[in-house]
Amino acid sequence: MSTATTHVEASENHEVEHHGLSDKQYIVIALILAALTAIEVSTYYVDFGPFFMPTLLILMVIKFVTVVSYFMHLKFDNKIFSYLFYAGLLLAIAVYCGFLATFKFFLKQG
Amino acid sequence: MAESAIAHDHGVSHGAHASSTGLSNNKMGMWMFLGSECLLFGGLISTYMLYRGRVSSGPQPNNIFDIPFTSVSSFILLMSSLTMVLAVSSAQRKDDRNTNLWLTITALLGATFVGGQVYEFTSFYREGLGFTTSLFGSSFYALTGFHGVHVSVGIIMLMALVGMNRSNRIPGDKAEVVELIGLYWHFVDIIWIIIFTLVYLIPS
Repeated sequence: MSTATTHVEASENHEVEHHGLSDKQYIVIALILAALTAIEVSTYYVDFGPFFMPTLLILMVIKFVTVVSYFMHLKFDNKIFSYLFYAGLLLAIAVYCGFLATFKFFLKQG
Repeated sequence: MAESAIAHDHGVSHGAHASSTGLSNNKMGMWMFLGSECLLFGGLISTYMLYRGRVSSGPQPNNIFDIPFTSVSSFILLMSSLTMVLAVSSAQRKDDRNTNLWLTITALLGATFVGGQVYEFTSFYREGLGFTTSLFGSSFYALTGFHGVHVSVGIIMLMALVGMNRSNRIPGDKAEVVELIGLYWHFVDIIWIIIFTLVYLIPS
């Protein structure tokens, strides 16, 4: 009970944001995302060799998860929202990987 | 007061309609919608991946993509996610003035992105890539066009929200309405994160 009361008082004092992140923290996250985008773009100018594809895919996943977790608040919200969203996402990945596999897409790429 | 705080901890905002799970129906509906949108864009992205090398006539993808220009557009859309989350944060503090300010900036950044996309489409068309020129052209315009329509719908929602907020006509919990539109906007951003990498940066 006292924890809940403390939470409300903190919100009213505007010291802590609704989901535990302050505006400054959001700006820091945006700067990190901008830096990751800069690294992505650098792959167009710099030869990453065999690390080219993995670097881009890993950066893409990191940016995706960061926006979903912090800007969309999934990290702080009820887990049911995470299940709803990631269920749709994983279903899409599974369905379309299967779809591309039937067209031998991955064999062509190899 | 403590009860409302407990309710918030379970995902229900003040004035929101709670489902039997104790969560906001509106928020639950939005997350389900976004989950289903993954399937829509998954279909468009995988179709593009399949057809991007199919160029019987017209320019090849690597010959027409302007990576520096698209990088700037991507950065603008990414920063619009920051302004959107700041709008949500302001709405949760019941700071109407800053909420409207950040929502307007978000809409302007989104409009800049769409303007860039229109410019890109026009220049591609002038270089000989029409919607029916090749399978690559069809799948490219379908994917990025659908995304552009989503951004445009988001801009309309943002501007409508600003208008309603100014005239104090937002029904129910204002902060939750801003958050729901924010969720849609961030989703449009994460889809572009995928498109930018798979379509533009990874060559066919």
